[in-house]
Amino acid sequence: MTPRVFVPGDAAAVSMGADAVAAAVQSEAARQGKAMEVVRTGSRGMLWLEPLLEVATPAGRLGFGPVRAGDVAGLFEAGFPADGHALALGLVEELPWMARQTRHTFARVGIVDPLSLDDYRAHGGLAGLAAARALAPEEIVARVTASGLRGRGGAGFPTGIKWRTVLGAPAGEKYIVCNADEGDSGTFADRMLIEGDPFTLIEGMAIAGLAVGAAKGFVYLRSEYPHAERTLRRALAPARAGGLLGGGFDIELRIGGGSYICGEETALLESLEGRRGVVRAKPPLPALAGLFGKPTVVNNVLSLAAVPAILAHGAEAHAALGTGRSLGTLAVQLAGNIRQGGLFELPFGISLREVIETFGGGTRSGRPVRAVQVGGPLGAYLPASLLDTPLDYEALAGVDGMLGHGGIVVFDDTVDMARQARFAFEFCAKESCGKCTPCRIGATRGVETMDRIIAGTERAGNLAVLDDLATLMTDASLCAMGGLTPLPVLSALRHFPEDFHRPAHAAAAG
Amino acid sequence: MNRYPVWNIEAARAVIRAEGDTPDAVLPMLHALQAHFGYIHRDATALVAEAVNLSRAEIHGTISFYHDFRSTPPAARVIRLCRAEACQAVGCEALVTEAARLGVPVDGPAADDVAIESVYCLGNCALGPSALVDGALVGRLDAARLAVLVGGGAVAEVQMP
Repeated sequence: MTPRVFVPGDAAAVSMGADAVAAAVQSEAARQGKAMEVVRTGSRGMLWLEPLLEVATPAGRLGFGPVRAGDVAGLFEAGFPADGHALALGLVEELPWMARQTRHTFARVGIVDPLSLDDYRAHGGLAGLAAARALAPEEIVARVTASGLRGRGGAGFPTGIKWRTVLGAPAGEKYIVCNADEGDSGTFADRMLIEGDPFTLIEGMAIAGLAVGAAKGFVYLRSEYPHAERTLRRALAPARAGGLLGGGFDIELRIGGGSYICGEETALLESLEGRRGVVRAKPPLPALAGLFGKPTVVNNVLSLAAVPAILAHGAEAHAALGTGRSLGTLAVQLAGNIRQGGLFELPFGISLREVIETFGGGTRSGRPVRAVQVGGPLGAYLPASLLDTPLDYEALAGVDGMLGHGGIVVFDDTVDMARQARFAFEFCAKESCGKCTPCRIGATRGVETMDRIIAGTERAGNLAVLDDLATLMTDASLCAMGGLTPLPVLSALRHFPEDFHRPAHAAAAG
Repeated sequence: MNRYPVWNIEAARAVIRAEGDTPDAVLPMLHALQAHFGYIHRDATALVAEAVNLSRAEIHGTISFYHDFRSTPPAARVIRLCRAEACQAVGCEALVTEAARLGVPVDGPAADDVAIESVYCLGNCALGPSALVDGALVGRLDAARLAVLVGGGAVAEVQMP
């Protein structure tokens, strides 16, 4: 058998030179006259080891990383697989980062060729759709409900209940919309899934179509993800040819316009219809009057990607994992100032401390962790004293935070939290859709107020204004953008008040 | 650098037509126009409006809402520098200062056909600071490699720190 070498084609790996490594392997093999198959996979999620090159052996895949193109000749000299090479990591599956995980949604990511339907099938793909095809729509919905799956996009709404609403809506045109507008900083799970195993998402959407009686699905992908766009576009043809699509359900890929608010489901629907991404008032729920006014399932990438395994292995297997009302697994995305950043999948409930210390190995700068933002730009900043908080929906809410899409951004002790609070308003002002006044005007007033606080102008009065503004935005905004922007602001103020009271000249320098 | 053809109404009509004639095709049309010409020419508004039977005001509203759509041709090299939280945590703002020092202020005018623009998250949050350079993703960007990019150096050169 031709030796097989695996080099990730994931955007993160490419950003560290994976394309050059793949090319170097090919040219070195040609130079030595050795037959060698180079397979471009997704990433295992150990992003600090990228480019992580893997070689198939009878014992499993051996890893080498991080590999630079210039290392490739040396790897060949040491024999391939190059036992004992300085970059050798051993069996990838046995690395502590991998061995501790429960990979369900990401089971195939980093292993399979993302564009090979045969590979997909050989690794358990299509079993969920086959099971769904043998069931009545009500039974599919019942299984998803029983699994306890909650929306992975951030809101955590039970997926089965959403599907039941769409199923129960009067028959006629219905739509499945996949929200792949993953705009939260610190999150990249949707991107990695699409780049590493797009058929899982496609299969999940096809099952959703069967469950609610929809013939058409849309994936709304952000334009900042050109690599994911390329992979998903290329995956649709084999999906159609192989019967994963077609036969009553098809998918169209649409690209966003660089607008964060379009990750909000009603703004996303407006954008899909060709308009400005302005939020709609609810009700009506998209489940009843969504895309083109028709009943629509709007689910996050990871929610849909969790569905095939639920159908294939049963709702109980999914519900057996996790804690409390947070069932199944969580794709943790560890980012920012972290030594070992990346993605791993575990049952809900691991503590922030374990994530940052055990998986992450502390900060990249080597300085102490001061603040951690969980759940994206609208999530709370938590201090080091709250690191024992477990990662589940309720526990995060219990410390006035939110889990969101599972992104964790670590900051060391050089961070200025007043600046971070100002940025939260600045980002909201940039990205507000402008429909409701609290968000459109409030965000701009927030930037101005923070500027005065940072400059030391009438601090007590301006802190009172800040508090008022936060209350107003929380209570009166139409959607989560304006409603949650006060969360990072107030958490920064509550946990790091000293940064809001620094001498003005020091603050200005920060 | 003439990577894009100059604005041409007939070519624009063909690009628009390929995306259909329904209102939901407006974003695909705008993306296709920008991919073809590098930007959305002001005369494109009327063409898109005509194709989908909407008012020019509505199409202008859509174009102006989205950050992606340019109204003027792009620089030969466009560096989209991530300035979201995860990249802030690893010093992207120092790169903003560095860019100004190099004579290419972020979100300012292009210099020597190089422009640097802010973007908020490229999904490379564990390997920041990140930038999308002419469509190619670069991780662990630092001042030295930013200078290489500003100087017109190949992306592949800086993807290998």
